[in-house]
Amino acid sequence: MSAEEKGQVMTANRLGDGIAVFLQRNGSWSEKIDDAVLALEPEATAALEARALADVKANVVTGQYFFAATRINGKIRATDNRERIRTLGPTVRLDLGKQAEGTAGAFLLDEV
Amino acid sequence: MYRYDEFDAKFVSERTAQFRDQANRRLSGALTEDEFRPLRLMNGLYLQLHAYMLRVAIPYGTLSGKQMRKLGDIADKWDKGYGHFTTRQNIQYNWIKLEDTADILQALADVEMHAIQTSGNCIRNVTTDHWAGAAADELADPRPIGELIRQWSSLHPEFSYLPRKFKIAITGAPHDRAAVKVHDIGLRLHKNAAGQHGWEVMVGGGQGRTPMIAVTVREHLPENELIAYLEAIMRVYNLYGRRDNKYKARIKILVHEIGAEKFRAEVEAEYAKHPAQQTQVEEAELARITKYFAVPAFERLSRFAPHYEDARRADLEFAGWARNNLAAHARDGYTIVNISLKPEGGIPGDATGDQMRVMADLAERFSFDELRVSHAQNIVLPHVKLEDAYTIWKELKTHDLAAANYGLAGDIIACPGLDYCALATARSIPVSQAISRKFGDLAKQEDYGPLKINISGCINACGHHHVGHIGILGLDKKGEEYYQITLGGSSSENASIGTILGPGFAAHEVPDAIETILNTYVKLRDRGEDFLSAYRRVGPKPFKEALYATA
Repeated sequence: MSAEEKGQVMTANRLGDGIAVFLQRNGSWSEKIDDAVLALEPEATAALEARALADVKANVVTGQYFFAATRINGKIRATDNRERIRTLGPTVRLDLGKQAEGTAGAFLLDEV
Repeated sequence: MYRYDEFDAKFVSERTAQFRDQANRRLSGALTEDEFRPLRLMNGLYLQLHAYMLRVAIPYGTLSGKQMRKLGDIADKWDKGYGHFTTRQNIQYNWIKLEDTADILQALADVEMHAIQTSGNCIRNVTTDHWAGAAADELADPRPIGELIRQWSSLHPEFSYLPRKFKIAITGAPHDRAAVKVHDIGLRLHKNAAGQHGWEVMVGGGQGRTPMIAVTVREHLPENELIAYLEAIMRVYNLYGRRDNKYKARIKILVHEIGAEKFRAEVEAEYAKHPAQQTQVEEAELARITKYFAVPAFERLSRFAPHYEDARRADLEFAGWARNNLAAHARDGYTIVNISLKPEGGIPGDATGDQMRVMADLAERFSFDELRVSHAQNIVLPHVKLEDAYTIWKELKTHDLAAANYGLAGDIIACPGLDYCALATARSIPVSQAISRKFGDLAKQEDYGPLKINISGCINACGHHHVGHIGILGLDKKGEEYYQITLGGSSSENASIGTILGPGFAAHEVPDAIETILNTYVKLRDRGEDFLSAYRRVGPKPFKEALYATA
């Protein structure tokens, strides 16, 4: 039986190259969604938001926002298609994006 | 082809230097994102789903071999080896780094190109007929006027902060290949009873969430009055266009809300304020520009090209491509080569750096160093000797550029959709790929005849689905992509907005739905009747019945 937790992942684009990144528990940003911290409670989302805004101000990232995600057996899956495509790369070019660079995380677009 | 003058070169070079400074200040933190966003957008740099996206203008769709080669080199050096030709005769790069952008803009400036005004609430890239200067049915080449409008509208101080973006399209031919009736302003050249050329001025067309066909505000405007008249239109729009609601800010809404007659009266009143002698500068400049669009040094050739005819007889695959992808040229012995960027199962409008360089080489060797980008996301070699067509085809075939589906079911227009676009609600490319595979057989496509299938991944309609003979709109329904089908749209001189047939379909159902529609057409068509004509004759009913029939 899989353990599932629903929460929010903080994401942004890295300022220099625009690549989608995800906020980790240690406060740094990873290209890999599986590294992200999943905020389960309002206190956690507030803390992540404060951290992200600090990094926006420090010109590390831009365009921060939360998206809904589920942690399944320790791996994170974005809830909607838009974010899943963003964590993978174009579904029509599997040779491009995070899926080609080994940073896509555990779940493919059509996986549960 | 137009060459930058001293002013053009200076302003593009200055703008590149300005942007380099702005980008450096953003990276250093001297500018916030809110401060920087309008500056990057003024230079065509978006933040999209995966990374930054740079949109580069190709004014009136015309490129030299050197420019196309540079676009290919940029794809390889600063992107991931490819670019995407769009429905507005631009090219977009999807994986650009902010850190590299100023270098890319400099590389573009080196070949007289830029990305200025490819975003923002200003007059965007001026588009035109991709067969301009070559088509057999053309009254006159519309590109000199296109260049004049480009110069007039670039960094125009009065029209740089309009209520919304503004798009102008021009055609010099009676058969509209530039979709002028679905642009904010559409211009079409006519000859009056006295044999004089003049421009029909159409205003208020557009697609998006409120699709509309433009209304004619002047039937026959003398060419020397055109810029002054455009200014009058822009002033009325700038004054009355809504700025309180971006969804109601396009000129089509203004024309619709106040009515065509009132709008026309406002424009005429504004136009009447300006003395005629103000057109002298434009007339002199147009004469200067026109020299750059002089007719190429065509040879006097026979209409019959023996080598071409022999090749068509000997090579049936070439014959199929020639049948569909070559178009009538104004000169005997010449042809227009349409290079389809729609290989079966491919991504509409995408070309690799290598493919761009191949097309550049072919243009230099065989087409007076000219290429065109079409709003249907294809590339054109406008002036090719018929005798060279077979050689060109063999070269294209070697580089996966010889799809023989030009103007047929496989020649699908598709926006980037949710695979790349931050605004999209559904994917459009995979659906277009599935449809092109479904109708991959050329004989089947030819049996269906001329057909425009257009797909958009959201209501903004970048895939021009409203004016597809068959339009497909991708939407999100509770987290699932589904696709609404419209029939009967056209972007041509007989422009119309398609009618929604009924409930939408899941992605995997769309190709079968299209096949049902096309089989219905085959059953009911009169001899020689194309899809759009048949639909207009019978209406949506038989298609609805076929599509939604329950057992």
